[in-house]
Amino acid sequence: MSTSVEHQAEGAGEHGHVVPYATFVRVWLILLFLTGLLILAGTKFHESLSVPALLTLTPLKAGLVFFYFMHLKYEKPFLKLIVLIVLATLTLLIGLIFLDLSFR
Amino acid sequence: MSSVHAQPHPAHKDYEGAKLGMWLFLFTEILLFGGLFLLYSAYRARYPLEFHHGGQHLNTFIGVANTFILLTSSLTVALAISALQKGNRKLTLTCLGITILFGLMFLMNKYIEWSEEIAKGLYPNGPELLKLPNGEKIFYGLYYAMTGLHGLHVVAGIIALAIVWNFVRRNSVTPTDFNKLENTGLYWHLVDVIWIFLLPLLYLAA
Repeated sequence: MSTSVEHQAEGAGEHGHVVPYATFVRVWLILLFLTGLLILAGTKFHESLSVPALLTLTPLKAGLVFFYFMHLKYEKPFLKLIVLIVLATLTLLIGLIFLDLSFR
Repeated sequence: MSSVHAQPHPAHKDYEGAKLGMWLFLFTEILLFGGLFLLYSAYRARYPLEFHHGGQHLNTFIGVANTFILLTSSLTVALAISALQKGNRKLTLTCLGITILFGLMFLMNKYIEWSEEIAKGLYPNGPELLKLPNGEKIFYGLYYAMTGLHGLHVVAGIIALAIVWNFVRRNSVTPTDFNKLENTGLYWHLVDVIWIFLLPLLYLAA
């Protein structure tokens, strides 16, 4: 008897991956450390060093939030793929804008 | 079969669909702010010095403080979901309450920051802003548009969190049915991610 109650329980199990508290706290500490590094890079480093630092540390921080806090790490490949497509589209648009600007 | 029909049917819930729907909504948000980031990038490339000067006048301390506030509020939402999954309703309510408080602290800091700028006459069409070169006018226009739109999202997030807090309190969001909490958490995390990008663009790139 496959009732909808069982079906519901299965569904709950699918989205019910429990992330340990310690994992979230570790990710949070890394995010605080990266923010500290970002501030240091933005305020103390020379521009030739600070711009690449800002461009790498910021997406890294966003990636950690997406992957752990937003549970993307534990999602099905389909969801990961569509998130990747959206972010790749935006990156491509920003890239094309800079390509356009540099030839003006 | 008759016993199955005699039992009341629980409401059909499609968790995967609900989560996918939330992500699709978040994509529209990413592209909405993405458009503003594009605009910022294009004007920064055109007016590098003016954007540099504009950023130097902003209150970096408040920008950084708000970053730590939002990062920590993201942690408390994430902890609230894990706590509910483990059946700890009290911890879930506490974590959600702390998140709402952090959200309000963020808005208060934003109020202090904007008040400072407005008092200096640096607001769209403000007397001091009109004296600045065009590039700096655009910088401040983007600063108010981006942080203002983000602030509206923080307000919406706080309202959503308060509603979910009430759902958890009334037991309509439970350890086996917590999609509303999960989706609200996703929204709040995205608000955090957008701020992660706004900090270097507006406050640090100077």
